[in-house]
Formats: sequence, structure tokens, C-alpha cells
Amino acid sequence: MRRLAHHDPRGVLRLVTAITTEHPRTRRGTELILLVLAVGLVLLAYADVALVMDGRLPTDLLPMGAGFGVIVLAFHLVLRWKAAYADPMLLPIATVLNGLGLVMIHRLDIAAGDDIGQGAAVRQLMWSALAVIMAIALFFVLPDHRRLRRYTFTFALAGIVLLMMPLLPVLGKNINGNRIWIGLGPFSFQPSEIAKILLIVFFASYLVQTRDALSLVGKRFLGLPLPRARDLGPILVAWLASLAVLVFESDLGTSLLFFGVFVGMLYVATERRSWIVIGLGLFLVGCYTAYLLFAHFRSRVVLWQDPFTPGYSDQLAKGLMGMASGGLFGTGLGAGHPEFTYFANSDFIIASFGEELGLVGLMAIILLYALLVERGLRTALAARDGFGKLLATGLAFSLALQCFVVIGGVTRVIPLTGLTTPFLAAGGSSLLANWVVVSILLRISDQARRPLNETPPSLGSDETQAVKMVKTR
Amino acid sequence: MNTPIRRLGLVVAAMFCALLLASTMIQFVQAKALNDKPGNRRTMLASYAKERGSIIVDGRAVADSQPSNDDYKWQRRYNQGPLYAAATGYFSFIYGTSGVERGYNAYLSGSSDKLFYRRLTDILTGKTPQGASVDLTIKAKVQQVATQALGKQKGAVVALDPKTGAILALVTSPSYDPNLLAGHDMTKVQNNWNALLKDPDNPLVNRTIGGNLYPPGSTFKLVTTAAALQSGKYQPDSELPGPATMKLPGTSNTYLPTDDNRPCGPGDKTSLTRALAVSCNTAYASLGLDLGGNALRDQASKFGFGMDLSIPMSVTPSTFPSELNQPQLAQSAIGQYDVRVTPLQVAMMSAGIANGGKVMRPYLVQTVRDKNLDVISTTDPSTFSQAVSSDVASQLRDMMVGVVDNGTGTNARIPGIQVAGKTGTAEHGKGKIQHVWFTGFAPANDPKVAVAVIVENGGTAGQEASGASVAAPIAKKVMEAVVSP
Repeated sequence: MRRLAHHDPRGVLRLVTAITTEHPRTRRGTELILLVLAVGLVLLAYADVALVMDGRLPTDLLPMGAGFGVIVLAFHLVLRWKAAYADPMLLPIATVLNGLGLVMIHRLDIAAGDDIGQGAAVRQLMWSALAVIMAIALFFVLPDHRRLRRYTFTFALAGIVLLMMPLLPVLGKNINGNRIWIGLGPFSFQPSEIAKILLIVFFASYLVQTRDALSLVGKRFLGLPLPRARDLGPILVAWLASLAVLVFESDLGTSLLFFGVFVGMLYVATERRSWIVIGLGLFLVGCYTAYLLFAHFRSRVVLWQDPFTPGYSDQLAKGLMGMASGGLFGTGLGAGHPEFTYFANSDFIIASFGEELGLVGLMAIILLYALLVERGLRTALAARDGFGKLLATGLAFSLALQCFVVIGGVTRVIPLTGLTTPFLAAGGSSLLANWVVVSILLRISDQARRPLNETPPSLGSDETQAVKMVKTR
Repeated sequence: MNTPIRRLGLVVAAMFCALLLASTMIQFVQAKALNDKPGNRRTMLASYAKERGSIIVDGRAVADSQPSNDDYKWQRRYNQGPLYAAATGYFSFIYGTSGVERGYNAYLSGSSDKLFYRRLTDILTGKTPQGASVDLTIKAKVQQVATQALGKQKGAVVALDPKTGAILALVTSPSYDPNLLAGHDMTKVQNNWNALLKDPDNPLVNRTIGGNLYPPGSTFKLVTTAAALQSGKYQPDSELPGPATMKLPGTSNTYLPTDDNRPCGPGDKTSLTRALAVSCNTAYASLGLDLGGNALRDQASKFGFGMDLSIPMSVTPSTFPSELNQPQLAQSAIGQYDVRVTPLQVAMMSAGIANGGKVMRPYLVQTVRDKNLDVISTTDPSTFSQAVSSDVASQLRDMMVGVVDNGTGTNARIPGIQVAGKTGTAEHGKGKIQHVWFTGFAPANDPKVAVAVIVENGGTAGQEASGASVAAPIAKKVMEAVVSP
């Protein structure tokens, strides 16, 4: 199909038209039902927390519910208007995760005895509103995701600058041993979250241009087609950049996320497994180096093997004991003690949910993430342009990797590293970034599912442009 | 590009499966082990919210839970705390649990699997769940007598029923009051804990089963005698050299003296029976040299040396050194050099001899009952080891009767009852006053109690103290408390 597209794009168009004779449904009705369920579930959780912890219904249940409902409904209406064919699952999943995260953060504020007006939940609520507004705004400024390709190298530069920003002397802040924050007055911001999106856009754009060179040329070694030495350049650059993040910001999680997403996208772009082998090799070298160089990474490995090692941090152990106390069905929201674990509302929010909602609730949350990623990958499969495919893949895979790294760290699949739990964890930058990710995925999925006669005319011409570029090489 | 996207989808699926599997491991498979981790605050808090079962001695609660008006709902109370601390241990929010509170926590807190159906019924019938109560084997009278007899002296007393292994008294001195650690005022509890830790006498150490182990001194001669009789080369009337001093082989001028610096018998000769009765160091040193280190070590381990035990508290294994040269062997044969024991181990030696050579496994908890007083579990006596043959055991018994009748142990005599025993005086460092021991059992023909008594640094008698003068009278009182009506 791909090769066909390069020689005769119109042939493909005819083919697709032939398959999709049936007019696809927009599925906005499904989305609305799911959204009502999502909002209802979150409000139920909010009421439950108040009933358990204060013994009465929250006084602001109605205004809270109304506000929450209005924001979500606004998003839904914008989708009806601007992206009627967008995937119907993405928005409800993001909504329910964000909402449950808010409830848990609020519940932990109460446990900490914080003034509710000053607590982490209020900040998170403001960030949520801001993030959703940004996500909605994206539909107005970005009618077509391929416009992002115009800024390929601007994004690359901006991404790298953002990534390195915490290293700047005045701006950068060192919080809990990781130098991944910048301070702007009273706010701290984690620029790597935004850099993540910018760099994925750049990767997608870059790989779509160079994938033929990367995939077609080269020798075979042990049955594995190997790329040319000079084509190794980009992966080495990505690797070195990840290592730099690791070394200078001691942020293993971000480093792993960037490199993993890059290797994943490289593999999808080139369809060559050798990239995965090379990438994994470089990754293992990086890990081993980090193990030798950094005491704090070694201590993470020690705790991974035995979280109860005396003389080390007992955070992981406390998280595990919390999850264990939840058992199959959990203590119930507000009835456990997630506050015993440090960072129970951010890094360890998964353990907090495991404790209060039980294995059943935790599995539901993990499956929601899996579903979110699956919808992203399905969008990638259905996308009609290479850039859209790669972008959707990159964004979906980054969500998957982020979940794996952070939840896997808490549940001892891998050593614990710092990454935020998408949508759930307290933290504005992460929330903002993840809503933008969902927004872009919605945008791509709309174009993927939209019938061709409704497609904006730019689609065909853009594809031709790509063909031209390949030919002129 | 769709094929690699699908393959990437499989990778993603594998990643999420790993997360689901790991969560299941933590919250289902390992949940119980994690909840039972010592110092797990959530488990502690949960157990505070429920009425914890009582710990009972002779039908009266020595530890129970009283309703309290604070967040914790129940306050643990130790009636006569210091008297039973060695057995009950403490139940502290900050510092976790020890003793039976720890060993039987699953029952006391009501979380044991064996209580599952009772819990379920409680939930269905809307009753407040409650922990099970635990009956100790300790006899209040014996425990009190032993505690009073030891008084303010540092040391320990263990009394066993030799036929079952049931622990009748478990006394460590100085003791502490577990109420100090069970309070809900965390600052107070912290201060109390720190004060107990700082106390140079280490009241938190249970001297009966652990801590810095003691050299057994002459009580170890029971093991040496057992090894000699077991070897078949010796009989109670076998003749042994018993000079006033003896040059240790392999040394140029190290001499081992008898306790009174006099020969143990006419012509520097003595019999094995007499050697035990007067605790003749020179006779036992040459006996040990003849038997060899392996024979002594084997005999010691048959009595329990080097073995793991939990009663349910884990008992520090007593040790007999693994590599010995000749002078070290001679000293080990009389319980010096690096031989180290717990008082419980010494009591097990006497109990084994009393019970026809069969050492019973010691235990502290007799029965566990739910709140309706139905028995949930009960400890059946079990054999720990056959330390010596029954013939050798009865020879040893007769020899130990000789110690009390006309040897060093006369202070342990009980009118009208035949008592078997052995004294000990153990050096534990140059210039330090010796620890004094007594171990034995009574009545010799139908043993009901076996004891071990140690008084550190001679107790109040100080320099003048010996096992005969200080430890034997304490042991006598403890045995009397069991055998006299």
C-alpha cells in the first residue's frame, strides 16, 4: 500500500473510497453517554469521600458537578462542531482519569489537614480547567494536524531548549534530587512534559521524510538488515540527548521515555527490527553506565530487588504495604491510609488508588490507560497520511511508556523512576501536556474517520508534496 | 506502516499485562505477607480499631483491650505488666510488637485465616469483629515465685514441664512495663522507649531466650557427662583423675584448678559420679580431652545447641565452638571458653534428662480461643530430640540427685522430695564477678518441673556468690512452687 501510494496516490484514494461506501457514523452520541457516565462516576467518588471522611455530602457537590459538567460538555460540543468524526473514547477516558485524580488529591488534602482552599486539589482543579481550555483551543488554531509539519525544526529546537531549561542557573530548580523543574515566580513547571510533545512532532515529521533512506539502504548481518553507518546519526543523537538528560538532570524516567518513544517511532517508520535491537542495546549500555555512575540509581535498583532493605528509603515499601492493605476490593475511598506514603498524590497516586479501590479498581484504571493507548494506536492505523500515523503512534506509545515506567516503578516491574502518572497525578505541566496529547489524537482521529468527500482539500496535495520530496532525493 | 504499528500494539499489550500481573502479585498473592510485615502502620491501625484478643494466664487476662475515647478506639492494657513482659511482649503503635503479641498477632488481631468463617459470620450478623484470646502455659504462682526469688538481681529463670515442654515460668530481670509502650500519646511512648533503650541494664532484652548469651559454666558438665556415658567408655563409677590443678596440654604453664584448689578425691582420683557432685574441673577437663570436641559438639546439638526454635518468639541458638585446640577443648568441656547458652537451653538439658532422655519442644501458648471460648487451635506436645538413651538418662538423673543430696547443690533440697540438679559458676571476663547458675528438676522419680536459673555477676552476693549459694535457693523455690501443693 505504501509503495503504491508513492507511485499512484489516486489509486489508493479510489481503493479507500471503494471500501468506505457506507457513510461512517460520527459516534458523538456514544461519546456523550460515556461522558455522562464519566462525570457521574467522578461525582459519586467525590460524594463518597465526603460521606466517609466528614459523614455528610459535600456542600459544593452541585456547583462542582455543574462546573465539571459544563467544561466537559463544552469540549463535547466543540468536537461536534470542529471534529465530528473524532474518536468517541478518548475524551471520556481522559475525563474520568482526570476527575478521579482530582478526587484522590482532594481526599489526601483532607487527610493532611490542609486548608481545602489552599490545597493541592484546588491547584489541580485550576490546572485541569486551563488544560481543557488549551485542548479545546487547539481545535481552533489547528484545523489540520499536518500544519504541525511546517514547524518541524522550530519544534525540535524548542523541544531541546525546554528539555535543557532546568539546567539554567536561575530558572532551574532542584526538587527531591531531580533537576527537572523550572520556577516562574510561585509556580514550578516541568518543561520536559511539553518538550515531549514537541519532540514527538519533530520525530514524526523527520522520520516521514527520511524513512526510505533509513529503511531501504544497508547490509545484512546475521540475517538482520543493518542500517548504513551514516544513517545511525539520528538514533545516536537521540541517545546522547537522552543520556544528557539522565546525567545532568538525573532524570531516568524522562530519559527512558524519550529514547523509548524515538526507537518505537523509528521502528514503525522503517519497519526494520534492527532499530529495536540497536536501540535496546544502546539503552542497556545507558542503564549500565547510569548504574555505575549514580549512587541514587543504584539505590533504586537495590530497592527494586528488596523494597524492605534496611537503611534505604521506605517509600516503595510503604506504597506496597498500602496496596496490600487494599487487597482485592480496597478499603473504600476515604477509608484507607494512602497518606502514610510520601508523594501519595503524585508519584505514588497509583498506590493510593490500589489501597482504596483495591485490585479491582486499580485494574480498571490500568485498563482505562490501555484503552486510551489502544484508541491512539487505532487512530494511527486509520490515519491516511504517514505523518499522522507516526504522530499518533508516537503520542500513544509515549502514554503507554509513561504508564509502564511510573506504574511499573510503583508495582516493582522495573526500578522506580520519576515520571508523572498521566491525568491522575498532581502536577500542572503534566496535566496540560496530556490534554494536548488527547487533543492532537482527537484531531488526527477525526481526519482518519472522516469520509473523503468531507475531507478538506489539503489532504491530497500534502501527500503529493511528500512524494515529490522523495523523488527529488 | 500498519504492520509495525500492530506489532508495537502487541508490545504495549505486553507492557500493560505486566502491570496487571504485578498489581495482582502485590494486592492478592503477597498481600498477606505484606500486611504481616512488622511495623506495618496500616495493619497496626486496623488492629487498633478492633478489640484485640486477651493474653491469659491461669484464666486471668494479663493483657487485654479496653475501650478508649480517642481515634484508636481500643487501649491495650497489661495487668501486672513487668511480671509477664517476657512472655506477652509489647503492642506499640510506633514500635510494633514483640513476644506473644507478635508471635500470635494473626489470632489476637483476628486476621488469621483460621478465623475466616467466624469473621464472615460476624459481618453477616452485624457483630463487631473481635480477636481471639491466647492461653499461655505459664503458671501464675510459679512466675510470681520465680520473679520474687530473683528480686532485683539481674538474670533469668526458666521453668519447663519436662514431659510436655510447656513453659511454666519465663522471668527476665530487670523487666519493663509494656504499658509504657502501648499508650496512644506518641511523644510519651517515644520518650519511654528511648529511656528503656538507654537503660544500661537492657530491660527490653529477653534474657531467657536471647541477648548476650551466657557462658554455661559447670552446668555444661551435664552435656560432657552425657557424652561420656553415651560413648559407652564410661560408667558412673568410672575412675577419673582429679588433681588439684592440671596443666593444659599444648601449653607450657597454663594450669586449670579445681574450684577449691584441692584434689577431688583421695590419691588425686575420683569417680564420674563424685566428679559431677563436687563439680571437679580437672576430672571434666581430662574427660573432655579424651572424648574430643566432636563428641561434645554432637551431644550439645542433641540437646538443642545450634538449633532454631520459636516459642513463638525466636530463641537465639546456643553455640559450641566449631574449631578447638587442646586447651580450648579442655575449657569447653567445663562450659568455659566460647560455649554460650540461653537459660532456656539449659532448662531443656535438665528437662531432657528428666524425661528419659527425650527433649520436648518448648512452647508458651497452650490454646487459642475465639470470643465464644471455642478452641481454635491448641499446642500438642512434640518431641524435639532424643538427647540420650533412657538408660543414660536414668544414670544422669541419679548422678544429679547426688549433686543435691551430698554435693554442691544441697541448697536446692526440698524436704520430702527428691531433687536432681547441677550448679554452675561461669567466668565471663577477667576482673568481672562470675555469673552463677543452677539447673535441675523435681521430683527426681516423677519430674513435674525442670528449671534453669542464672544470676548475673553473682547478684547481691557479689564476689562471694556461687551457683550453690545464690542460684540453687532460687531454683528450689521455683521447683517447690510446682511440686508442693
